[in-house]
Amino acid sequence: MRFVDEYRDAEKARMLAARIAALCEPGRDYKFMEVCGGHTHTIYKHGLEDYLPEAVTLVHGPGCPVCVIPMGRMDDAIHIAEQPDVIMTSFGDMMRVPGGNGSFLDAKARGADIRLVYSPLDALKIARQNPGRRVVFMAIGFETTAPSTAMTVLRAEAEGIENFSIFCNHVTIIPAIKAILDSPDLRLDGFIGPGHVSTVIGCRPYEFISRGYGKPLVVAGFEPLDLLHTVYRLLAQLAEGRSEVENQYSRVVPWDGNPKALRVINQVMELRPYFEWRGLGFISQSALRVTERYAAFDAERIFQIPGGRVADPKACQCGEVLKGVLKPWECKVFGTACTPETPIGTCMVSSEGACAAYYNFGRFSRERVREATRR
Amino acid sequence: MCLGIPGEIVEILSDRPDLAMVDVSGVKRAINIGLLEGESVVPGDWILIHVGFALSKIDEVEARAALDFLESIGQAYEDEIAALRESMIEEG
Ligand code: SF4
Repeated sequence: MRFVDEYRDAEKARMLAARIAALCEPGRDYKFMEVCGGHTHTIYKHGLEDYLPEAVTLVHGPGCPVCVIPMGRMDDAIHIAEQPDVIMTSFGDMMRVPGGNGSFLDAKARGADIRLVYSPLDALKIARQNPGRRVVFMAIGFETTAPSTAMTVLRAEAEGIENFSIFCNHVTIIPAIKAILDSPDLRLDGFIGPGHVSTVIGCRPYEFISRGYGKPLVVAGFEPLDLLHTVYRLLAQLAEGRSEVENQYSRVVPWDGNPKALRVINQVMELRPYFEWRGLGFISQSALRVTERYAAFDAERIFQIPGGRVADPKACQCGEVLKGVLKPWECKVFGTACTPETPIGTCMVSSEGACAAYYNFGRFSRERVREATRR
Repeated sequence: MCLGIPGEIVEILSDRPDLAMVDVSGVKRAINIGLLEGESVVPGDWILIHVGFALSKIDEVEARAALDFLESIGQAYEDEIAALRESMIEEG
């Protein structure tokens, strides 16, 4: 397909790999974090680590929205789904995410009406078709999906659909990156910037990273050559002593983002003072909720949610994986107690989660071999 | 969920200007283009689709530029290999 196949040329990948190796200073190690789970998916699917020299390590970041939903929020969602007349609608990725009280799949088995949708507009359609039921959309995602949720709420209002609401769990990427930068556990040399979030927020919001923290960030596309090209550009910046925000994905990401998308988010949603991220804890101003003006579409206001905090299972090391401190296979339950069928942690659920991507593509990358031989 | 897909606009629906028929790998689907305000969207344009919405137009000029760079890296690599070979010939 156009805009896909041309970025998958193995020959060009090898040439880029040679260029990348040539840019590495002898004796120096480089650690780059790919913030976005979509990138994690590409890296494992195409075995990109095998193209990189030993000196370059890719570290997975917190950018998988399914992975960061805390247990307590999942329990709240299930509580809503189990209220009378409710149809809960959700993206497929969310179905297996465990809460303290099981997952959507478990709730469905207990009799709750929980349906998969591809788009929030599909959820609105279900509301239109079922006027006697209360249809709730489990809204998750970063700034990539928030505008779609907001547009759907605006559409519901315009059409006067009163039996539709959203359970808003949208999170924002910048505070998460900041939390990682401020955490003492990790030394990073640069960032592979999220591609699709940036279509909405643009490239400017990352400037605090290049200016304040002196680390380069290159916004990247999702094909293998995009990612190799991005690593090349990060290394080129370091070699030239620069730390700037660059846009490798300019075919899709405008420097200033999508103003209309930002406007609809701000129209329908506002920042929460704080929000809990699974594994990362509470991060201030890191998530969105529905504004007072659209209260009629806010499931959090319509239904009394328990709003409890549930500690992650003891065995779970998702927090370390989300912060890039641990590689998936270093978690004690990886691939044994925790698999995509019976996930203990969220990173094993979504195809964008580091543990699932690693598990599904089952790669014994050179890195894993390196780690194993070190012990 | 976060993996967007490119699609080509086939038709803008006259009764619903916020919807377009889009060809995604041979499958035709209605996609909401309401987030592309202020941009002209016509059949033949490519867009990036996310959960049923077009998030952004794909800029063909920028796409070409990125591919040209990748080509040029290939060329430079070839040139360097060629140069390397030549220098070895001289030494020998
Ligand atoms: S293996 Fe399971 S519990 Fe361990 S970090 Fe991954 S998802 Fe979390």
